[in-house]
Amino acid sequence: MPPLTKKERMQISRQPMPEQEPLARSRNFLEVNLGFTEELARMEANRCLQCPKPVCVEGCPVGVKIRDFIQLVSEGDFLGAAAKIKEDNALPAVCGRVCPQEEQCEAKCVVGVKHDPVAIGRLERFVSDYEREKVGIRTPHVKPKTGKKVAVVGSGPAGLSCAGDLIQLGHDVTVFEALHEIGGVLIYGIPEFRLPKNIVKAEVDALKNLGVEFQTNAVIGFTDTVDELFENGYHAVFIAVGAGLPYFMSIPGENFNGVYSANEFLTRVNLMKAYKFPEYDTPVFDCKNKNVAVFGGGNTAMDAVRTAKRLGAKNAYIMYRRSEKEMPARLEEVHHAKQEGIEFVFLTNPLEFLGDEDGWLRGVKLQKMELGEPDASGRRRPVPIPNSEYIIDLDMAVVAIGNGSNPIIQKTTPDLSYNKRGNIIVNEENMKTSKKGVFAGGDIVSGGATVILAMGAGRTAAKAIDNYLTNTEAW
Amino acid sequence: MNKIISAEFLAADIKRFVIEAPKIAAKRRAGQFVIVRIDEKGERIPLTIADSNKEQGTITIIVQGIGKTTKEINNHVAGDFFLDVVGPLGKPSHIENFGTAISIGGGVGTAIAFPTAVALKEAGNHTIVINGARNKDLVILEEELKNVADELYITTDDGSYGYHGFVTQKLQELIDSGRKIDFVLAIGPIPMMRAVANTTKPYGIKTVVSLNPVMVDGTGMCGGCRATVDNKTVFVCVDGPEFDAHLVDFDLLTKRNRTYNQSEKAALDNHLCKLDKAFVEAVTTES
Repeated sequence: MPPLTKKERMQISRQPMPEQEPLARSRNFLEVNLGFTEELARMEANRCLQCPKPVCVEGCPVGVKIRDFIQLVSEGDFLGAAAKIKEDNALPAVCGRVCPQEEQCEAKCVVGVKHDPVAIGRLERFVSDYEREKVGIRTPHVKPKTGKKVAVVGSGPAGLSCAGDLIQLGHDVTVFEALHEIGGVLIYGIPEFRLPKNIVKAEVDALKNLGVEFQTNAVIGFTDTVDELFENGYHAVFIAVGAGLPYFMSIPGENFNGVYSANEFLTRVNLMKAYKFPEYDTPVFDCKNKNVAVFGGGNTAMDAVRTAKRLGAKNAYIMYRRSEKEMPARLEEVHHAKQEGIEFVFLTNPLEFLGDEDGWLRGVKLQKMELGEPDASGRRRPVPIPNSEYIIDLDMAVVAIGNGSNPIIQKTTPDLSYNKRGNIIVNEENMKTSKKGVFAGGDIVSGGATVILAMGAGRTAAKAIDNYLTNTEAW
Repeated sequence: MNKIISAEFLAADIKRFVIEAPKIAAKRRAGQFVIVRIDEKGERIPLTIADSNKEQGTITIIVQGIGKTTKEINNHVAGDFFLDVVGPLGKPSHIENFGTAISIGGGVGTAIAFPTAVALKEAGNHTIVINGARNKDLVILEEELKNVADELYITTDDGSYGYHGFVTQKLQELIDSGRKIDFVLAIGPIPMMRAVANTTKPYGIKTVVSLNPVMVDGTGMCGGCRATVDNKTVFVCVDGPEFDAHLVDFDLLTKRNRTYNQSEKAALDNHLCKLDKAFVEAVTTES
């Protein structure tokens, strides 16, 4: 069969992602998206124009060779495609699920100028799932050992991607994790229905097979300080501890029982598996037939509200102080949430949580907002509408307005430079900190961002660490 | 995996474990805690480090079996393992030579107050220890405390041993005797810590309590352990666990600690129910 012409390729429409039916999935924790079939994948891959200068790659923080892997998919060489992705991405099955492709690679896709862009994320997910399910994740080539040791602090996306690159470059890598499981936000934050934990585990196991060592229950700063890591023989340290200190809103009543940070609510459900209580020992607020509101408009807010729905909430609200247009959550997440019966209340801000004498949350006083002039973020600032306060009944509230920086590294490593918000200051070209041999990246540098941006920082750091290890005199 | 070197009951439901944890043993200071998880389905339970031995690489924890998990912990014996032990977490106690310092422990809080009493003594304080229990059978660590304290007072609520009365009555007597008291540390059930705070407040005696809220990660990541101190929200795991007793909102702490009472009761009932069933099955099989 002759290759498709450009015109023919443009005539194929974007293949939809098969997914669990909304009513069914709003009652279970199984994955919402079911993934492409081989036929759908090849059909979608045929939409790629194979541009001589693939601009999609510019949109990828880790530089996956998108055009080349899609070519292999269209030829039916799915294992070849998986290997191609892994040259640049240590966690493809994760990224294929949680990356905001619509703002990155797919936003640059040439097909997208006139039509819907090629579904790059869905293809990435398909080939990595295909490999894992058919033959198991294969390990890429590893360079001869250099004899250098690197300590990676934190096992979230930044740490894992950095570890994946460094081990392939021949360095010994130990990843230190404070919790009892590896994966950071991929494990405690993102729910099972969006990112199944066995997939994270499989990608972590692949890194173990490459030789990466993992130490759980290691709180760097307390268990060992950064200086002690050097004393213990590590030649470089990459700090990727994430943001991890939840912001609250500083409104009255925030400490009533039933008010959670998104981190706590999601950690109880995801990491500690409270959705299986009492089979698992950790409890979480019983949402059954209750009114639940999540405050915030990001992906974490969507994860929390959809989790509450699955735990049986009667009414599950997103309450956001701006309008839908300003919401930072991915479109797919908002779309899925709406399908599942989540109620969105826009231009609404909480003023006070109301409780009973036993300290339990019973309601919230809200204020309506309108949009005023743009603020520093370029989004129109929400302004309170006078005399618009009202009260609704509420049994559980989740505050999902972002995270500050965790203080443990700062308190125990005072000789690093931090900004006012406690983020570590680095040279963004190489992730070098003010302290020799110490690099940092991910949310502890940028503040709360995305999985893939953290992975991009991990890759940048890995390159710079490799470079540094060839000549540790220079800094 | 952390091996249990020794395990012994100090009183009914109160068990002392010495666990292999060389890194924590080398690092820990008085006032800090660990989080323990016993198996794959287990909760993360914060427990204050009662003692440590750097040379042998061990730490000591003392556990009171109250809920399902703490009862399960106390079913462990020497040679068993805990799946996860992480630490040392939290800020160490602020120790200095205050002059005369009183360390007050109530119930299992005695175990938690013990390392700080040792540290106070080592810092040169005239160290008075008041050790309260409901009755004689629940008095723990008497010998160990004798070796540390310049003065040791055991109190029992029912008068079955030592001083008949609450720790606060003994404390009030010491204050009334006109002695200069420079520092008080109180660790135990919330009502006891609140009572100590109320006792010392009129005299302006610097008083510190160690809070015991519900926690998950213990590293500041979840905010579940928040408390109000000086009208400000704190995260006990990273900002504490020790705070100025006169500034703590004990009411809020009490209420927040009841968040999971219902779930915990259900889990415990379910657990005990299963144990009964297992017992019946065992008996039936034997016969």
